[in-house]
Amino acid sequence: MIDFSYTIWILLIPLIVFVVTGLTGNRFKPIVTGIIGTAGLGVVFLLSVITAYKFFFVLDKVGGAFQRLLAFNHTWLHLTDKLHIDIGVLLDPISVMMLIVISTVSFMVHIYSLGYMKGEKGFARFFSILSLFSFSMLGLVIATNIFQMYIFWELVGVSSFLLIGFYYEKDSAVAASKKAFIVTRFADLGFLIGILLLSYTTGTFDFITLTGPNSPAFTSGQGIMFLGMSTMTWSMLFVFMGGAGKSAMFPLHIWLPDAMEGPTPVSALIHAATMVVAGVYLVARMFPIFHHEQSALEIVAWVGGFTSLFAAVIACTQYDIKRVLAYSTMSQIGYMMLALGVSGYGGEDGLGYMASMFHLFTHAFFKALLFLGAGAIIHAVHSNYMNEMGGLRKYLPITHATFLIACLAISGIPPFAGFFSKDEILVAAFHHNKALFAMEYLVAGMTAFYMFRLYFNVFWGQEQHYHHTPHEAPVTMTIPLIILAIGSTFAGFIPFTKLVTSDSLPFESHTEWGIAIPSILIALAGIGIATMLYMKKSDTSKKIATALGGFYTAAYGKFYIDQVYLFITKKILFNYVSRPVAWFDRHIVDGTMNQFAYVTNVVSDRIKGFQSGQLQQYALVFISGVIALALLFIYLWTN
Amino acid sequence: MFEGVPIHWFLVLSTLMFFIGIYGFLVRKNLITMLMSIELILNSVCINFVAFNKILYPGHLEGMFFTLFIIAVAAAEASVAIAIIINIYRRLVNIDVEKMDEMKY
Amino acid sequence: MTNNQFMFLLFSVVIVVFSLLTVTSRRILRAATFLLFVLVSTSGLYFLLRFNFLAAIQLTLYAGGIVVLIIFSVLLTSHISEKLAIPPVTKRIFAAIAAIAGAVLCILTILQTQFVQKTFDPARTNIRTIGEGMLSTGKYGYALPFEVISVLLLAAMIGSIILAKKRKD
Repeated sequence: MIDFSYTIWILLIPLIVFVVTGLTGNRFKPIVTGIIGTAGLGVVFLLSVITAYKFFFVLDKVGGAFQRLLAFNHTWLHLTDKLHIDIGVLLDPISVMMLIVISTVSFMVHIYSLGYMKGEKGFARFFSILSLFSFSMLGLVIATNIFQMYIFWELVGVSSFLLIGFYYEKDSAVAASKKAFIVTRFADLGFLIGILLLSYTTGTFDFITLTGPNSPAFTSGQGIMFLGMSTMTWSMLFVFMGGAGKSAMFPLHIWLPDAMEGPTPVSALIHAATMVVAGVYLVARMFPIFHHEQSALEIVAWVGGFTSLFAAVIACTQYDIKRVLAYSTMSQIGYMMLALGVSGYGGEDGLGYMASMFHLFTHAFFKALLFLGAGAIIHAVHSNYMNEMGGLRKYLPITHATFLIACLAISGIPPFAGFFSKDEILVAAFHHNKALFAMEYLVAGMTAFYMFRLYFNVFWGQEQHYHHTPHEAPVTMTIPLIILAIGSTFAGFIPFTKLVTSDSLPFESHTEWGIAIPSILIALAGIGIATMLYMKKSDTSKKIATALGGFYTAAYGKFYIDQVYLFITKKILFNYVSRPVAWFDRHIVDGTMNQFAYVTNVVSDRIKGFQSGQLQQYALVFISGVIALALLFIYLWTN
Repeated sequence: MFEGVPIHWFLVLSTLMFFIGIYGFLVRKNLITMLMSIELILNSVCINFVAFNKILYPGHLEGMFFTLFIIAVAAAEASVAIAIIINIYRRLVNIDVEKMDEMKY
Repeated sequence: MTNNQFMFLLFSVVIVVFSLLTVTSRRILRAATFLLFVLVSTSGLYFLLRFNFLAAIQLTLYAGGIVVLIIFSVLLTSHISEKLAIPPVTKRIFAAIAAIAGAVLCILTILQTQFVQKTFDPARTNIRTIGEGMLSTGKYGYALPFEVISVLLLAAMIGSIILAKKRKD
């Protein structure tokens, strides 16, 4: 038995760094804070790699399956003997995989930020919050129970809020951070209800108990039906609502594009690689229960599939490169959700589960790379809009090369990482649901199209007039790009079927070329169309847009989901719910209190004359009182 | 019986003196005259003690000792009060009790 | 009317009249003088009751000490020619009502009460007895109050010096 208790330091180091840098940030030079933060994350990265190595290759397997072990556990709130809230470290294949993903990307983003954020006001604050985020995200994935996960889930939300609103002097950033916080909070309300339902029916928070073979979730909560679904199904749906909020699934996705107001490294870390996949991770973590509740799982699949298509359509029309990437992120997370939704449990049936985790892993690399590349581009030309860019490949050779690799990876061109994971998803979808499968084929083509639309618009096309000659990013920014590019190239060769599976038992998989070859062709077709339209400057794209008419306008306007939300909140909720509540609060609740205060005030105003400060008045009253008492007790009250 | 003077006479006398003192305390504005009223009150109490001692408990001396101590306390009280009055006079240039209402509301 | 009764009534009339004058006189120095008469008559009452030592103390301490102290402070804080203002009528009425009501109540109570009066002990109090009582720690001994009073007097002395002292600021 190997001792894994040191893994608690993976949590503690970022926390300590956060506290130390948060408290002392103003005393040192900003760069010192940056280096402390980066060094802390470096240690976490090393610890994670060691943990992963030991877990996957050294630790003995039980019956051929990877163990799930509690590396550290502390009973925090003892509610009843069965129901208690613990804080601990749970190691199993997916949490160890997530440790690798988070620590790698976070470490890269830290290094990158040293260059990108240089000279920014609030540099120390940035690194401090980045450490807080790393702490919360790591705590989320190694949570031993759903309540611990919820705590860290909210912490992640807070740090996301703080980082989106990093440029708090900009109104749009403030609005975006508020929007992200409120939308995810709303979703988290569902998550909380789900947790309460689940723990009420099963009597436990613990993941190991909940997702084990004899889970109480399989047997309890089936009797009571509501709207045709059992309690357990409802609780799973509510839990999924929380996951959908965090992972920006339709219709709770509206915060993610706006979240791009944050600094680009933040977008890379939080809104591409780690936090937004928390929803996927949550579903994967609870997968045995979801699998048991097929109707809930079906909803997961359809929400994922629809979001991936929906986001891909919008991504084709946007001009802000970070927003294109944001919609692309939504689309890819939709893929992962879909893969989970179509997955079975155990062995080769669990292909979708494996594929989802696999895609999460590879996506983290190439999407972080894309965002960091976008950051380098923005750093060079000081603009977010691709129609203000063009011909940058001469000026930014390293960014260009790495960005191209990431584009190929996300488009699913072999041998880059995206191909393998996406192919597994398509295979899983094919075996489960043909409609979803067709949808995903379409999305694969669109992904290739919009990524290369972006690529050609930025790096090829007509050279624009820039404020100053664009220059390649400093070395602290290019090194993470190169490392992530290597990851994006080779991550696909990791044998995930041997490592991360639904029941922790390895199985053999083989590329189904019958599905893979058409998907490659579709991706190539997408790339081809993008090449024709955008490699040279031409008006064809505009003509097509005009030809599509209303549909294009709708997609460009993000299908007016934001407006619908605004209508619902401002016109309906504010007018018919908030206003009466506010009226009640102001006039009834406050009014009562104001009346109390008013009466007290008036009375005291009247009687304050008694406190005249006139000694002789006091004496007169005192003596009259004594005489009255004497009269009362000697003559009047004589029984 | 003290040779034809009943104790009631003493008590009525001291009562009159006491309430004259009270009256003075209530109407006089000058702090020193108020102090004099307090002396009257104290004195009436002394008369009571002495009369009780001599007429009701002739064998003892408690009343007399009490009176002695009251006189001592009155002396201490008068000296401190006059020190305070002089201090107030130094600050306010008068010793009118109605002007000293800084502690009001 | 016995001698005692006569003397008592004489002192009583002096006490009551000069008490009234003390609290109503508009000249503050005269008020102090009237107070002196009251205190002297009181000491006469003590002589009448054969408390010679106490009467002497009353004369020296009250009449000699406190009244002189009061007169000093009067001279420090007021002009001799100055007349005190007549208090407002309402104030006087309320104070008189309170005082008269209290006096009536007390006098009624006193007159209704029967006291067990002993025969008069005409002996003068021996000064030796007083001294022994003052310093004795046994029954009817007053050593502890004596000590406490001495500490109190010391404290009063220091306190009045501190209070009346000119501040440096």
